Amino acid sequence: MSSTGTGPYDAIVVGGGHNGLVNAAYLAKAGLRTLVLEQRHLVGGAAITEEVVPGFSFTTFSYALSLLRPEIIHELDLVRHGFLPLMMPSSFHPTGDGDYLLLGDDHGQNIQEIRRHSRHDADAYDRYHHDLDLVCQAIQPLFDNAPPDVFGKDPEDQADVKWLLDHLGSVDRKVMHDVVRLLTGSASDWIEDYFEHPAVQGFHASSSIIGSKVGPMSPGSALVLLFHKMGEHDGHLGSWAFHKGGNGGFTQVLARAAEAYGAEIRLGARVDTVLTRDGRTVGVALDDGTELRASVVVSALDPRRTFLDLLDPRELPSDLVDNVERMRFRGVSAKVNFALDGLPVFPALPGTVDHYGGFLNIGPTIEYVERAFDAAKYGWYSERPFIDAAIQSVVDPDMAPPGKHVMSCFVQYAPYQLRESDWESERERFGDKAQAVLESHFPGFGELVLHREVVTPVDIERTTGLTEGNIFAGEFLAPQMYFFRPSPGWSQYRTPVDGYYQCGSGTHPGGCVIGSPGKLASQRILRDLRGS
Amino acid sequence: MIRTTPFHARLSALNTQGLYTHWQGHLSALRYSHAPKHEYFAVRNGVGVFDTSPLFKYRIQGPDAERFLAGVLARDIRTCRPGQAHYTLWCDERGFVMEDGVVLRHSATEFLLTAARPTLGWFADLVGRLQVEIEDVSDGYGILAVQGPRSRATLAALMPEADALGYFDHAPAKIGSAPVTLSRTGYTGDLGFEVTVEAEHALEILDAVLDAGRDHGIRPFGEEALMMLRIEAGLPLIDVEWHNSRLAFTDHDRVTPKELGMGWMLRGVRDGDRAFVGRDAIRRELVDQTSRWTSVGIVVDWADWDQLHRAAGLLPEKSERPLGYESVLHDRPTTAGGSQVGYVTSFFYSPVLQRHVGLARVRPEHAAPGSEVHLEIALNHTNTTVLARTAKLPLFNPARKTSRS
Repeated sequence: MSSTGTGPYDAIVVGGGHNGLVNAAYLAKAGLRTLVLEQRHLVGGAAITEEVVPGFSFTTFSYALSLLRPEIIHELDLVRHGFLPLMMPSSFHPTGDGDYLLLGDDHGQNIQEIRRHSRHDADAYDRYHHDLDLVCQAIQPLFDNAPPDVFGKDPEDQADVKWLLDHLGSVDRKVMHDVVRLLTGSASDWIEDYFEHPAVQGFHASSSIIGSKVGPMSPGSALVLLFHKMGEHDGHLGSWAFHKGGNGGFTQVLARAAEAYGAEIRLGARVDTVLTRDGRTVGVALDDGTELRASVVVSALDPRRTFLDLLDPRELPSDLVDNVERMRFRGVSAKVNFALDGLPVFPALPGTVDHYGGFLNIGPTIEYVERAFDAAKYGWYSERPFIDAAIQSVVDPDMAPPGKHVMSCFVQYAPYQLRESDWESERERFGDKAQAVLESHFPGFGELVLHREVVTPVDIERTTGLTEGNIFAGEFLAPQMYFFRPSPGWSQYRTPVDGYYQCGSGTHPGGCVIGSPGKLASQRILRDLRGS
Repeated sequence: MIRTTPFHARLSALNTQGLYTHWQGHLSALRYSHAPKHEYFAVRNGVGVFDTSPLFKYRIQGPDAERFLAGVLARDIRTCRPGQAHYTLWCDERGFVMEDGVVLRHSATEFLLTAARPTLGWFADLVGRLQVEIEDVSDGYGILAVQGPRSRATLAALMPEADALGYFDHAPAKIGSAPVTLSRTGYTGDLGFEVTVEAEHALEILDAVLDAGRDHGIRPFGEEALMMLRIEAGLPLIDVEWHNSRLAFTDHDRVTPKELGMGWMLRGVRDGDRAFVGRDAIRRELVDQTSRWTSVGIVVDWADWDQLHRAAGLLPEKSERPLGYESVLHDRPTTAGGSQVGYVTSFFYSPVLQRHVGLARVRPEHAAPGSEVHLEIALNHTNTTVLARTAKLPLFNPARKTSRS
């Protein structure tokens, strides 16, 4: 594609998070002279790795490659730039009574491990995952394509709607019912349909609350569970990986790929305003007053910032403004990251390391997690929080000095808005709560702690710009998904301002380190340019 | 009776799976943990140890040892100085490969050869009047492969020799009081070493290595991880990539060194005067360019793979377990009347490369890197073909494999 204007840039991407980088790489690959503007001193947004203590690499915010779409790896030739996912073949779930559930790569052993706790649940395990696989298979085309504009009237929109209806019409009726149950119901209803044992239930419920102000008993939590199952690594649905060097290692790979295609990345460049003239974008203004011209501007920021900060809301349709103001961004997630002097000891598994090869899930039962959620409803953090932890240095020894370790703990619930206090006052007390939970499962944990970093939702917002620290740039609620994400009529990466696009996690399909919003937005932009 | 290696007592205690295969009459772990990927990534990312003791080991010494080996091995052993090692092949008189092995040259007159299959009888028959002794010392030694980016740091803590050792060099060293031979060799295509030790000291040096590697996340790895590693590294395996020519029934099952991808070993054969078993046939092959096959890597087109599976109603499978059988390569899809141009001997999904890859042999005119070939696969019990491209071997070749430091 040839350049579209006379200035030095055809396209400016605002925000160097992973979706901004993916978008820029695709645009540059297509021949657009592309500039990425990142306010911080490093790219990555919420996917960064920082050496908080010398020798210890912390994944400050996001900590795993959960849902990255495989085609992005290939289309952007990421392996050549150092893409290296380290698969995490195990999941470790202490059951709260000193026992544990440890699942791994060997299917037969997993069945026996489930059976150790419940004979009934042994065969349910296979059915559960197969039923979920069928649902994922059915909705995967929706996930990997821009949503149709069901409100659009032109032939292209109507063809898209027909495609959607034809696809849904081809889905088996049980699978379709499961789709609806997952999109609308609670994780506990879905899970209890298969499993009877509280620990087996608890294990499967852990992905239903990530980043969301729901408990596993809340309607809507099954949607969060399903979203996390859409991930696919090395052909296994729902499997997760660490990137070598943490998620910051991954965004550095993306930056190298984007630059190899010719994109330019400017750090320390905070965009103040998107410039418009006669309903078209003409570029951006930085907070130091610099103006940069381009006929395409893409916001990788969340919908609040994309529409209400970078633009003047008076230029926008009022229903869009209303909807973006109404959109839910209630951050409830915190990170507590540790530098450790050695590996924690789980008393029932002394002297082994295999249970630390993947995620460590501290949320023994559905009831435990639901009780952790209770406090959040009333503006307070959990007394005994849910923790999704990973000791990344076990899989990637380069992340800590020999013999030492880094442990990433994703902790819920930590509501952005505290009632009658604030996060500066509560930060360390909250860290203590998380550490006390770890201490109860891993006696002696506290003695291993060399350094502790508590990252609250307020910190997430302040550093990354994510509104209210919501890690998905807009909660995973049914009215905020698919052709409603971020707003009805504006789900196809365009905005009411010609030439101004959105590519962040606030667009379809949504958050997690997934890359699809960045990719799908680039397709929209390139098609519009070809048509113009 | 199945035998065990000198490291078995300790390694079997670390094996949580009880899964073994039989390797030349010895118990050999398939994997030590539930996930061979753990072990694979330990080698690509940290450090792993593999018990390679079941290899046959022959000490070849005497005033004519060099002359003898120069007349038996396809690669010119005279270019191997003491302190160096050679990966090598030996052939029959028709220039077909019998076996491969690694020779460590200890001095002007002493060599140690490791081989995957017993070969003493064949070698002994070729001694004639030369002053050379060949002794089977297989049971006297254990060999511990220590492989991965952290292997150097692990071993350097025990032996300063590890720090400076060049690729395919070896040196005498000591771990504690146990004398060992440390070589910069292996079968993973990564930075790595092998420690050859007298059987009686095997357990103590294993303990020392595991201890030195603990802070680097050291893990024992089994044959499943080894297969993944060696395919990425482009390293052929006897009875998978080829068969001993003397045991094959047809020439289809025989390959020449050049066809096996080892043409680089034949420096000097075309114009030199070194006589060795198979020389005349190999020279004719080189001069007349009569090689039937070229060994290449293949990389499957990911989009075609995904599309074929999704269209068939299947999840695109990406298994790190190598296929247990050969597959056929065509010049065009079979539906478009393609005809066979090659075959794939090893095939799996590489986690490091994020692609289905394989070791293959194609007709020379299809060997240029990037040539399109069509790999036969069965989906829903029906044969179809998926697009693939030929690639240079090794498929994965990190700089650290051969770098000095």
